[in-house]
Amino acid sequence: MNNSHPALPEFDYLTPTSLMEASQFLAGHPSDARAFMGGTDCFVRMRDGLLPMKTMVDVKPLDGMNEIRFDSAKGLTIGAAVPMNAVAKHPEIRKNYPLLAQAAETVASYQLRSRATICGNICNASPAGDTIGASLVMNGVLTVHGVGGFRQEPLSKFFLGPGKTVLIPGDIVTAINFPILPAKSAGKYRKLGRNTLSDLSIVGVTVFGFPDKDTASGFRFKLALASVAPVPFVPVKAEEILAGSTISAESIKSASEAAMDSVTPIDDIRGSARYRKLMVRNLVNDTVTEVWKQLIG
Amino acid sequence: MAYHRIVLTVNGTKEQVDVPSNMTLLRMLREKLALTGTKNGCAAGECGACTVMMNGEPVNSCMVLAAECDGAEIVTVEGLATDRQLDPIQTMMMETGGVQCGFCTPGILITARALLDRNPNPSEAEIREALVGNLCRCTGYFRIIDAVKKAAHAEAR
Repeated sequence: MNNSHPALPEFDYLTPTSLMEASQFLAGHPSDARAFMGGTDCFVRMRDGLLPMKTMVDVKPLDGMNEIRFDSAKGLTIGAAVPMNAVAKHPEIRKNYPLLAQAAETVASYQLRSRATICGNICNASPAGDTIGASLVMNGVLTVHGVGGFRQEPLSKFFLGPGKTVLIPGDIVTAINFPILPAKSAGKYRKLGRNTLSDLSIVGVTVFGFPDKDTASGFRFKLALASVAPVPFVPVKAEEILAGSTISAESIKSASEAAMDSVTPIDDIRGSARYRKLMVRNLVNDTVTEVWKQLIG
Repeated sequence: MAYHRIVLTVNGTKEQVDVPSNMTLLRMLREKLALTGTKNGCAAGECGACTVMMNGEPVNSCMVLAAECDGAEIVTVEGLATDRQLDPIQTMMMETGGVQCGFCTPGILITARALLDRNPNPSEAEIREALVGNLCRCTGYFRIIDAVKKAAHAEAR
């Protein structure tokens, strides 16, 4: 095409007929083949010359990749190829996992979400991934198919660095699973971008809370922070403060300050490290307060 | 680089096309099927000028491989009018003056059509949210939003 935008570089498009065929091919081509879902991230990077690949392996049509299954005893399973729009509008997800639907709706634009997937968002392992926080705080577990067959990978141990995960060549994430959530839980994803809609986050704050008789406060809060560390970040100290004593405006404030002190953001085009730290404090304060109000209803 | 033979439906017509692996749906529409209504803007999934309907949902056609479209149903801006009758969103874009240079218009028409298909009576906030992936550098958006409201109203009658 005769214009200033780079075309996609040359590669071969492969559609394996089974997961094992896909895993074996990917394991045999560790540096120049890649599995893809919606392609919304990797095609941009390929155009920019940042992802030189000889083969793109389309795993979307394979078994179970397009299913959403909810069972009131076992929990929720979302196939890796299910687009975010399908997640956001699914009635059982809206009813039982509203935080996930809400987080999915903050990603880019409706058109992008027709293709983008939650598992793709997770596998890209960007610290800014909007659906990663919700997946982390709700104890998401990935189903992964490798050359040795299926295994489970908890998200809490999945991220190693920007773009780096525990996946090895041949691994294909086939689904994400969520347990049944604690009764009377509430959650919120708060995203600060350069504009109200569609931008990548400068800071993203996910808060999930529920009553817990084993804590001194009577509640457990789980937090995840986006764009403030090399990996999606869990501010453990802030969670401990919210569990350790009666919840009040004061304890929420000290948890917010603990969250601010625990993050290690960088300066980049979207915001400075200093601004990010201050926004972590303010947004954790606002979001925990909002979720807290929902919990005491 | 391998070629792939795909069969798909574009604006109601069955098409058989041979496409190289790295050809996007956008390039296939423009270069193989001469449907140049769909525009190439950013080629990065951000501007929405290339928006088409794929199996009933709007997508950025610059971000979809043509090879992935075997069996798909595609509707482009050329497919919105039926029997020489403009779609209400097309009529209202003309009436409100929602078009200036026109480059973003095909993508906006498809996105707006998809919105009205899933939500026949959208609020202004819902219209703005739905159009967030369609950038327009001329109009300032107000007349486009007005056009979507009027199309919804016209279709409700």
